[in-house]
Amino acid sequence: MVSETLRRSGATLLDQLAEVGRMWRLTAAAARHVAVEPWRGKPVRLRATIEQLLRAGNQSAPLVALIAALIGIILALQSAYQLRQLGATHLVADLVAVSVTRELAPLMTAILVAGRAGSAIAAELGTMKVSEEIDALQVIGIDPVNFLVVPRILALLVAVPCLTLVADLVGILAGCGVSVLALGLGAGAYLQASAAILTQEDLWGGVLKALVFGGIIGIVACQQGLGTRGGADEVGRSTTATVVRSIVLIIAADMFVTALLFLRAA
Amino acid sequence: MTQASAIEVRGLHKAYAGAEVLRGVDLTVHDGETLVILGGSGSGKSTLLRCLVGLEEPDAGTVSILERDVFSASRNELAALRQRIGMAFQSGALFGSMTVGENIDLPLREFTRLPESTRRIIIHIKLALVGLEGTEGRQPSELSGGMRKRAAFARAMALDPEVLFCDEPSAGLDPVTSAGLDELLIQLKEVFGITLVVVTHELESAFAIADRIALIHKGRVLITGTPEEVRACSDPVVRRFLDRVPEDDAGHTNRFRELMLAAEQNDENDEPDRGEEADA
Repeated sequence: MVSETLRRSGATLLDQLAEVGRMWRLTAAAARHVAVEPWRGKPVRLRATIEQLLRAGNQSAPLVALIAALIGIILALQSAYQLRQLGATHLVADLVAVSVTRELAPLMTAILVAGRAGSAIAAELGTMKVSEEIDALQVIGIDPVNFLVVPRILALLVAVPCLTLVADLVGILAGCGVSVLALGLGAGAYLQASAAILTQEDLWGGVLKALVFGGIIGIVACQQGLGTRGGADEVGRSTTATVVRSIVLIIAADMFVTALLFLRAA
Repeated sequence: MTQASAIEVRGLHKAYAGAEVLRGVDLTVHDGETLVILGGSGSGKSTLLRCLVGLEEPDAGTVSILERDVFSASRNELAALRQRIGMAFQSGALFGSMTVGENIDLPLREFTRLPESTRRIIIHIKLALVGLEGTEGRQPSELSGGMRKRAAFARAMALDPEVLFCDEPSAGLDPVTSAGLDELLIQLKEVFGITLVVVTHELESAFAIADRIALIHKGRVLITGTPEEVRACSDPVVRRFLDRVPEDDAGHTNRFRELMLAAEQNDENDEPDRGEEADA
C-alpha cells in the first residue's frame, strides 16, 4: 500500500518534471524564433500576432473590465469598513489605488485571460494536433513554433499588460464611484488622492507582473495544446490543465515578483 | 538496367514505451512508381509512413528521400526536401481556420515569390485537377469526407512535389468515392510522373493502384512485389491477409463453440427433470 503510494507519487513527480522540461524547450524554441531566426530571413509573423492580440483582447476585455469594477467596489467598501474604525476613511482612495495597481489588477487580469484566451489557445492547438493539422504544417515545411506559438505568446505578452492598465483604470474609477455614493467622499478629492499616492513604480511593477503572467499563459497554453495526444476528450483535458497550471504558476510568479519589488524598494 | 530509387529505407527500428512497432524495415521505392504499403491494424504501416516523412525519428536505421538522408539533414536541407514532397493525410488535415483556397495557397505563399494573381490561378488549376473547381471559398467543414481528401491532394500537389505520400486515402469512404480517389491517384501518377507511396489496408484499392506492393506485418516487410507476385505468394501470413482470414480469433471462436455445445448438453440433461417436476 505504502510502496504503491510512493510509486505513484514518484511517477507523478517525474511527469511534472518532464512537463517542466517540455515547457522550457518550447520557451527556448520560441525565444530563438523571436531573437535569432529573424536575422536568418524568418521574420516574426506580425499579421498573425496582431490577429491573436485582437482576439485575446476581445475575448477578455469586457470580462476584465467587469471584474475590475467589482474588485474596485469590494476593495473600497472593505477598506472603508476597517478605516472607519480608525477615523481614516479618507485613506480609502490610497488603499484602493495601490492595491489595484500593484496586485489585484495584474493578478485578476491574468487569471481571467488564462480562463478565456489561454483555454481557447489550448483548445485550438489541441484540436489542430488531434486532427493532424500540426503534422501537416511540419510536412509542408512550416515550423509550428514560428507559425502558431510565437504569435500567440507575443500577443499575450502585449495583451495582458494592456488589459491590466484597463483594469487599473476601471478599478480605481469603480472605487471612486462607490466612495462617492456610499461613503460621501468627493470625486475630485478621491481621484487627486489616488494620483498623488501612485508612483511610477506602482504602475510599472503591475505592468511587469502582467508581462510575466502573459508569458506564462502563452507558454502553458501552447505547450498543453501541442502536447495533446489522442482524441477530442484529450483536448478537454489540455484545456483544463492550461487553466489550472497557469493559475498556479501565475500565483507563484506573483510571489517572486512581489518579493523582488519589495526587496528593491527596501 | 536498374531503376533509380526515390526512397531508400534501411534497417528501420521504432519502439514506443518498449513495444517494438518497426523491427528492421528495408524498403526501396523506385522513381515514378506507385508503391502501396499494405498491412492490417497495428502492423506498423502508419509509423513507417510517419518515419518516412520525418514526423517520427526512428530508433535505428536510415531513410533517404531523393538522395537526401532525412534524419541527418540540416534544418535547411530538410526544409528544402520538404518542398519536394507532399503528403495527403488520412483525415485530410485541412486547416480548419482557412478556406480550401487558403489551404492550397499556404505552401505557395510560404515558399514561392509568386504574385497573388498567379497563385490564384494555380489554386484554381490544382482544384480542377482533383475535380473541386469552385470550392476555393468554402470552409473544410462544408465539404464531404471524399471532397476533403481531394482537397488534401490538391494542397499536397501545390508545389508540384516529386514524391507524394498518401495515408489511407480510401479509409472511411463509400466504395464509389473510394474508387474515384483510386482513379485520381492513377491519373496524378500518369500525368505528372510522380512517385507515389500509399499506405492502406484496403485490398481492392491497393491492387487497383499499385505498381508494387509491400506487405507489412508486425513491424516487418513480409513481401515486396508486383500485385501479381503478391497474389501468387504462398506465405501463410500473406495468404491469411489476402484471403481475409482472422488471425487470432480462431481460438476464441472454437472456445465459444465448445461453451455453447456444453451449455446445450446441460440443457438437454436438465429437461427430463423439469418434465418430472411438472408432472409432479
